[in-house]
Amino acid sequence: MSGTPGEHPSGMEGRPELEQWILTTRLADYVAWGRKNSLWPMPMGLACCAIELMAMVAPRYDVARFGAEALRFSPRQADLMIVAGTVTKKMAPALKRIFDQMPEPKWVISMGACASSGGMFRSYPVVQGVDEIIPVDVYIPGCPPRPEALIEGIMKVQELVEEGARAAQQGARAGRPAPATGGR
Amino acid sequence: MPVSGKPVRRPGRPGLLELTYLPSILKGMWITLRHIFRPKVTMQYPEQRWQLPENYRGLPALVKDQEERVKCVACFLCEYVCPPKAIHIEAQEIQTGVEKGPRVFEINMLRCIMCGYCEEVCPEQAIFLTKEYTTVGLSRAEMIFPKDKLLEMGGLRPDPIKKWGRLTSKREAGGRVHEPAEAGRSAAR
Repeated sequence: MSGTPGEHPSGMEGRPELEQWILTTRLADYVAWGRKNSLWPMPMGLACCAIELMAMVAPRYDVARFGAEALRFSPRQADLMIVAGTVTKKMAPALKRIFDQMPEPKWVISMGACASSGGMFRSYPVVQGVDEIIPVDVYIPGCPPRPEALIEGIMKVQELVEEGARAAQQGARAGRPAPATGGR
Repeated sequence: MPVSGKPVRRPGRPGLLELTYLPSILKGMWITLRHIFRPKVTMQYPEQRWQLPENYRGLPALVKDQEERVKCVACFLCEYVCPPKAIHIEAQEIQTGVEKGPRVFEINMLRCIMCGYCEEVCPEQAIFLTKEYTTVGLSRAEMIFPKDKLLEMGGLRPDPIKKWGRLTSKREAGGRVHEPAEAGRSAAR
């Protein structure tokens, strides 16, 4: 990382001309570009939201256009967990364990009313929002949300990946350690 | 007991041609090739949108009438009927004829299941389901929409009930003022 630290942390303006063309000064951006265009989702399909999740991957909505078509059923190969459906208290330990098995950096989409807040299931066997057990980055309302809304959520996660990389880069310039995960 | 039906035989050893896998590869490539000439089904989402039907139920929103007055009178019917209890209302007294309005009107969009019961039950036609379906949020607090945001989402809708004209000014409403209703209201006070 060359250049004066902290002077123009985000923009290119005001930098020496040479530095704009040195790739290594923007390594974090390239990593983020790679990450955001190859998000591998872990489909945590627990209820009817999973049907919309499948529709998003199917040809009509075709999430392959965003590079996130490789749904991995092994958490060790995934970096985006899509919690789609009602999380019961019985399922919660398994879900937490699967999240823990995912390698860093990782992101979480809470899809639909049930996963985001418990939805209409205000009852004892249902976790009132999956963010009570795992950290959630993007919440999608709907019962279930349309596949477009889920694509919107994935686009939001892509923004978070870029922002996280930029924050890490600025932190490295300022001598701070990199954050544990991307956007948070 | 006699056995009926004929069991399926295992396929025999593959021939030399099958061992090269060429027939299977060509068959697969033929399927791929055929799909190139078929009509394309993918909707290019952020640029291309789905044609929403007239009665589509998206996120709920409050509406104002043609003179930009909040139509909601804080009757709490929508809060009562809401299956996931997503609506939170606090009423206040207002200085016009309808006497009551919402001070706080919040809808937790993460609870909301877009069932449309609130729209159905509302006697003042003050809450409607919009066609908004692509909202996402970064936190739970962000997804609890306050009154201002709900009114902004809803926009204007002309009031077919015209309760304000009836109740606030007799002059504007002319002869359509119901005297018994007026008398009843003052008697109630």
